[in-house]
Formats: sequence, structure tokens, C-alpha cells
Amino acid sequence: MTTQMFGAPIRRKEDPRLLTGGGRYLDDLGHDALAAAFVRSPHAHARIVDIDASDAVDVEGVVGIYVHEDLPGRVGEPLPLLIPHPTLTHGRTGYALAKDEVNHVGEPIVMVVASDRYVAEDACQRIRVTYEQLPVVVGIEAARAGELLVHDDVPDNVAAHMLQEVGDVEAAMAAAPRTLTLDLDIERSACMPMEGKGVYARWDRDRGELRMYSSTQTSTGVRAAVAAKLDLPLAKVECIAPDVGGGFGVKIVHPWPEEVLVPWAAIRLGRPVKWAEDRREHFISAAHERGQLQQVTVGFDDEGHLLALDVKLWHDNGAYTPYGIIVPIITSTQLLGPYKPGTYRCEFWSLYTNTVLVTPYRGAGRPQGCFAMERTMDAIADELGLDRAEVRSRNFILPTEMPWDHGLLFQDGRPLKYDSGDFPASLAKLKSLVGWDDFADYRRQAEAEGRKVGLGIGCYVEGTGVGPYEGGHIQIETSGRVNVSTGLTSQGQGHETVFAQIVAQELGVRMEDVFVTTGDTRKMAYAVGTFASRAAVMSGSAIALAARNVRAKALRIAADALEVSPDDLEIVEGTVRVKGAPATSMSLGTVSVLSNPLRYAFDEAAQAATQFAGTFDPDKPPVADDEEPGLEGKDFYSPTQATFANGMHAAIVETDPVTAEIKILRYCVIHDCGTMINPMIVEGQVHGGVAQGVGGALYERMAYDESGQLLNASFMDFLMPYASEVPTIEADHLETPSPLNPLGIKGAGEAGCIPVSAVIASAIEDAEGFPITRMPISPYDLWELRRRHADGEIPSLHRTSSTTRTSGTSSKEPTA
Amino acid sequence: MTDTTQGTETLHDVTVTVNGVRHSASVPARRLLSDFLRHDLELTGTHVGCEHGVCGACTVLVDGSPMRSCLMFAVTAQAHEITTVEGLGTAPDARVAPTGESMNPVQQAFAECHGLQCGFCTPGFLTTVTAYLDENPAPTSEEAREAISGNLCRCTGYQNIVKSVLRAAEIKAERASETAEVQS
Repeated sequence: MTTQMFGAPIRRKEDPRLLTGGGRYLDDLGHDALAAAFVRSPHAHARIVDIDASDAVDVEGVVGIYVHEDLPGRVGEPLPLLIPHPTLTHGRTGYALAKDEVNHVGEPIVMVVASDRYVAEDACQRIRVTYEQLPVVVGIEAARAGELLVHDDVPDNVAAHMLQEVGDVEAAMAAAPRTLTLDLDIERSACMPMEGKGVYARWDRDRGELRMYSSTQTSTGVRAAVAAKLDLPLAKVECIAPDVGGGFGVKIVHPWPEEVLVPWAAIRLGRPVKWAEDRREHFISAAHERGQLQQVTVGFDDEGHLLALDVKLWHDNGAYTPYGIIVPIITSTQLLGPYKPGTYRCEFWSLYTNTVLVTPYRGAGRPQGCFAMERTMDAIADELGLDRAEVRSRNFILPTEMPWDHGLLFQDGRPLKYDSGDFPASLAKLKSLVGWDDFADYRRQAEAEGRKVGLGIGCYVEGTGVGPYEGGHIQIETSGRVNVSTGLTSQGQGHETVFAQIVAQELGVRMEDVFVTTGDTRKMAYAVGTFASRAAVMSGSAIALAARNVRAKALRIAADALEVSPDDLEIVEGTVRVKGAPATSMSLGTVSVLSNPLRYAFDEAAQAATQFAGTFDPDKPPVADDEEPGLEGKDFYSPTQATFANGMHAAIVETDPVTAEIKILRYCVIHDCGTMINPMIVEGQVHGGVAQGVGGALYERMAYDESGQLLNASFMDFLMPYASEVPTIEADHLETPSPLNPLGIKGAGEAGCIPVSAVIASAIEDAEGFPITRMPISPYDLWELRRRHADGEIPSLHRTSSTTRTSGTSSKEPTA
Repeated sequence: MTDTTQGTETLHDVTVTVNGVRHSASVPARRLLSDFLRHDLELTGTHVGCEHGVCGACTVLVDGSPMRSCLMFAVTAQAHEITTVEGLGTAPDARVAPTGESMNPVQQAFAECHGLQCGFCTPGFLTTVTAYLDENPAPTSEEAREAISGNLCRCTGYQNIVKSVLRAAEIKAERASETAEVQS
């Protein structure tokens, strides 16, 4: 039998290339290309009065300078609103180059194309733009107040107002023995891939064809958008995602202004043009996420069972809404986590501000939702004097209750229906891993040493693998080489490896014979993209189905040639052979030869497929009516709904009694993404996600001043964690397979970062004895909270005696 | 060094040895070493993540010491020896992997320990760690973490990079003892 590939921690196929300088990222391509650079708005809200480029045109090496008025037809029209929604009543998108008005610092106004980037930036500096400054809306409070407007024609700055309700929340709340209200606040962060965005376009004037490369999470999306914008037939546009240096969401948005402008300039100039985003550009003109104000009112009984959950969210969507309201929709639905809310109502307002736009960043609204729900769970536990894990477990949806339909619509417009998961088992594993029941002893010991420690917990459910579909295509060459392609893209997730593992397993071939291509519209024109932890679920399933088709075809052809029944055949290490009589066999390469009836033999092996070789039935055509030439197979996977992964994290933190420095002593993860294709890669995804979560919990914030300037738009000032800030992560897995797809997979990409802010807040609160309602939290913030707590401005938790705070699972302790 | 002018810019002759190969070129004074390596020599393995010396992705070895090539001008590399990621595989303790690439112990360790995901920051880690292990061939886990704490990675959470550093030290020692055996 072929060595088990699926499920094994196989080393990555992409690594030898990436480790030896063989990666080819966007800016590694096109050494002969002209360079583009942009004049971007220095103001958050202004009218453009005049653009004077007269000093720039004579800079040697400048080839073109373009403003909005230069953009013809659809190139000059607003960028597309990618995900319309009925409640997005006031969706607005920007222009490729600003027309008359700018709405955030960093918005592109002028494009310069020159011989190299140095020259292009020289020219940019010589272009004088005159602005009439307009009032600026920064921050959710200012947007919500609605006194000043981002867009004149959007009343109250409200892009969308949405309400979903299940059950009668009013009645349930009124009848609830107890209620609590929490006001919560999560600040902005951003994806910050190490490689910024980038676009490189070549125009083949002779053939009238455009080839473009983009550091994107969706090459098919970019291709379609650019073809539409430039009014080119789709058949004349190719888009390739080369090696991409991280995405985390920001590169799913498309077309970015540069993705339209660079190909347009390449066509106009008849020369290759390239733009590689620099770090400052990425900070001020890509996208951010996370910023929300939340109000949660919860009704519950004396045992901590949820009866009514009433949530209001104010979401900062930045200056434009090209990606619709996906983020707040996800927050409002995924907030529920593993719990039964009794009755649920969520109302949100998505608000414009004069800041860079907000689009999904790993977790995509879930970290905020998890924060709201988990803060609520801790508050209930505190109110009742119950163990925090116990309160959670009392509200869990049980395995016997799956599938669980929340009665809400999810981000894909389909029911929010959990397919699988064993939350009690996950919690038991987590408690055991972190030593939940022993923590009181640990705390006593630490306190005796003058140390302050706290234990935090956070649980989440993540809808992964949303549709509409992905495809897989497999072709076996006469050499036995197996070419696999899928249309979605890769940004470091190891797709070349995990998809090869699926093919190796399904087909019975060796890993080293499998070659995977992703994100190339020449190889697979139908695809959606990489987001929502969907690649393994969607493309993995499609590729498995395609492999089964190829396998069936290989067995049909081999059975015919070997004169046996296909049922008697197996494929082992690339050889089709008779079960129990392995000497009767032929290689898949030979099957490939036979699959393609030839007139011309291109090599010796190919002679077997020519018209005078072998015997055949003269009454049948060389290619049967229901067959196609070639040992190929293709299939698509399109699920009815998302599959729901879940996880639970716990952390032990120590807060310095004097400096308020916050240190994570332990970080524990239980993760359930169903069947794992490659546990090594899943673990890597979890590590990376937690690290981003730690950044969002303790370090990263977007420091806008009141005039809309981003004060920390560099790696010097935006505190992305180094190795010194990220704790060692202790991870364990639970595998409850999804019943929805052929492999039982659920997505894993985003999971790690989702609960981290909730977990750290929970742990700090536990250490300090007063509520933590705003994240991220810096030592200064914590110091300030301590001062306010000491001054009586912030109440203590009910259970002020810290040593009794987590005394096992005792059902009830007296409330203070 | 001779100077010529191209348009308004004065060009300076520079001779740099990169991965053992001497390169002579005429470059403007402001040309960054990172751009010179990437765009003039087309050695694109060195990546640029921030252009202000914070992320470490562009780290190369200058006479064996890690330097951020975005903070150095090409002209200041005059007469220096540069090693980029493309040159790490020519080290005496590099070995050819089954896939055909020659990898030094650090590269090999990163492959074994899943020490990279998107791979963009990786060349900076590889050069940094290669130099570090020359200095400290047997680091503790804490020392390994400290050694990489000047480089940013957004994908891995660093845990497997720490593991890779420790594994690289092992491989380096194994290969050194193999070489010693062969020589004895």
C-alpha cells in the first residue's frame, strides 16, 4: 500500500525553493518594467482644487503622469462594490485616482510612471496639489454623532444598518432573573503581510493580450475586474499570483486602484509597468480592521444559562465599502460561538470615517464577536460567583444537538448552521492542558511571592470554507508527472504540499511526482479566492473529487489494456497493478500514453498509442463517445453551507504590580478543524494566528490623530510582535470530522487569532480584579485602569478575594 | 572609483563581491544595496519588507556579519564581500537536498521544522541565524529566541523558527563531526 500521505506531517514541497532564494514574489519579476509611484493625499478629507505637475514632467526618465481626468471610460468610474447587500443602502467606493475629493490620508491622486522607482518618486515630490480641507471624521464616536459627514450624501455616516433577531428578545430579557450590560471597545489593527501589495503588467501589442501579475488572494477576481474596467475580452486577460509574501485578508480586496492603473498604463504605453507597494503606502492606503464599539445586554438565570442576548455594534468601515459589510455581518453572527443564546438580537451600524478602508483581516470580525461574547460569559460568572468554564459549559451546544441551526443568515447568505463539534470535549482537553483546576493553588503560590497572575479563557466557533465553489484539475503526463491546478491562491499556507498530499493519497502516486499550481488563470479559470479559511476545504475537496475521476479513468484504461476488471486493480506508487498479482501492471505514465490515441509518436513510449500499434475494435472510434483524450480529470466542489471549526484557548498572564507590564506565561490552544491533512501545517497556522492575536491584544493599534493622520505608519512605531513578544504556544487538537465534505476537513487558517484578545482580557481581569472592556491593552492603559480602580471610578469584580476566584468547578460561591 | 553622469545623476563605479562573484557596476550614490542586489544583479532572494531597517527581511552578510541591505548604499559596499540567501548553499557545510538544492544547516533546519510559511522574511532569518551560529554554535532555546528577535515574521509566530535555530545547531554539529571523521 502507498505510504499514508493524508494526515502525515510531510515537509513542505515549496520550502527548498523558498529557502534558497528561488521564490518569485511580485517585485522579483519584471526587471525591464517601468516603475509606477503615486502622489497620495496628505489630508484625511479635502477637495482637490488644483494639480500642478509642470515641475515633474521634465524629470529625466519620467514617461507618464496621470490624474483622474486622464482615465478613460470605466477606468475613471468608481471601483466596484464587490459584495452588495440589501442593508448596505449607502455603499461607496473610491476611484482609481481621486476625483475632486479625497476621503482618507493615502488615497491615490496622481500616478507617475518612470524608468525606475527612484525617478518616479522624484517626480511625485515635484507635483503640487492644492487642497481645500474639509472637516474630518475620525473615530467611531465622531462617526456615530453624525455632526460631520464623510460623504455629503450619506446621512449620519451610516453605510449600513442591519438587524437580525431570533426569538423574542424583549420578552425573554424582561423575564430574565438577572441582566447585565457591557460596553466594549476594540481598536484597529491590520494584516501587515511582510510583502506589500504589488502589480506588474505586460501588454502584448501584437496579440492584443494582457498578462498581469498581482500579489493577490484572488487572481480570477482581479482578472475579471480588470477585464471589465479596461473593456477587454476575458480571453485576452491573464492574471497570475506569483509567490505571495503573506495576505491575511488585505489582498482579497480587488481591484485595488493600482491593479487597474498599472495594466492600463502598460497598455497605453505599450511597455511593461510595475508597482510594488512600500511599507508606508501599505499602512495608509491598503486596509485595516477590527475597530468596533459594542454594547451587550444579557439576560440569564441564577445558574448562568443565557436567556436573552441583545447586542449593538458600531463598526468603523473607513472611507469606503468595496468589500461590503462582511466584517460586521461576521461579528454579529459568529459572536454566538459555541453557545445557545436563548434568544438573540444583533443590530449594527457600519459607519464611515475619514480613515483608510476596513476590510477583512484574519478572523474577519470574529475576534470582535468572540471578545463580546466571552467578556459577557466572564461577567455572568462573576455576577453569579460561578467558575468561568462552568458557565460556558452550561451554555454549550452539545454534540447530540448537531447540526445546530441558529436561525440566522451567515456571511455567505446561507443559514448559520453548525455541522459538527464537541465543545464539552474541547473544554475538558483545554482545562487539562492549562491545569484549570490547579490554578487556584498556583495563584496562591504566586501571590505569596508577590506576583500577580491571572487565568483567562476564550471559546469560538468559526464558519470556514464558504462557497460558492472551487475547482481542481489533474493531468498525468506520459512521464508519470502529475500536474494539479486549482484557481485559488497561496500566501504561505503550504497549498503545494497539502494538495499534493491529497492527490498522492487519492491517486496512489508519490509526493515527488505531484506538482501543484495555484492562482494562475491560465491553468484554472474558474475560482473564487483564498479567504475565510476555505482553501483546504474548498480546493482540497475539489482536488480530491478530481483525483477520484482521474483514478477511475486510469483504471478503465489500464483494465482494458491488461484485460482485467477495473475492480481488480489498485494504484501503488504510480503503478496500476492487479491486486494480489502485482507483476501484471503498467505505470500511470503508460496509461497516460494509452489515454491519448496518437497519429504521431513523439518518443518511444508514445508508439504504443499510435494507430498501427496493438489491437483495437474497428467498430469503435479511437476516443469513445463518453471519453476525452488524455489522463485528466476535473471537478468542482460547491457546498450548501460553511463548515464550522472551533477552538478554545486559555492563557496565564502575569502583570507587574509596579510597572503594569503584561507577560503571557502560558498560552494553551485546543483546536478542532476536523480531519487534518498535515498536522505540522495546521500547527503552524495556529502559531501564526495566535501571534497575530497577541499583537492585537497587547501591542498593535492604529494611532490616528483627530485630523486623520496615522501617527504610527511604520514598523518603528506600529508594534508588530517580534519573537520576544510571542509566547510559546502549547497546542492540542480534537478532530471531529465535518460531515459536509468528502475529506471531513474544516478550515484552519484564521482560527489562531480569533479568541486571543478575549483570552488575554479575561486573564488580565482575573489578575487585576476589575473588568477589562477595551483591547488592545498596553502597560500604560493597565496602569491607568489601576489608578481609576483605586480612585473608585472602576468597580471591582465581585469576587475580590483572588485566591477563591477559580476554585475548581464548584457550582456556586457566594457573591460579594 | 570613477564618476560619470547619466542625466542629472552622477554615477559611481562600484565593485562588490557577491556570493563569491565580483560585480562591477556604475550606480547613483543613493542606490540602496538592497535595490542593487535585487534589481541590478537580479539576485531577488533578498527581500525588502519595510525599507527602514526594522523588519530585517533584507538582511545580508557583509564580510560575514548581518547587515540590513536597505540601510546601506550600494557604493558603501565597495570592496566588501556580500553573501545573500542565494550564496548560503555554497558554504562548506552545505549539502544537496533530495530535491536538488544545496542547503546549509540553517536552510535544512528551516525545511525540517516548518520554520517558514510565506517565505518572504525567511532570507533575512537565514542570513541572521547563519551568522549567529558561527558566534554561538550551541544556543539554548532562550538564546535562540533572542537571536531572532530583531527580525519580523508575520506568518509563523516564531515558535518553529526558534526550533529551526536549535535544529540548525544540531545539523551544523553533525556535519562538522562528519567532516572531521572524513578528514581523520
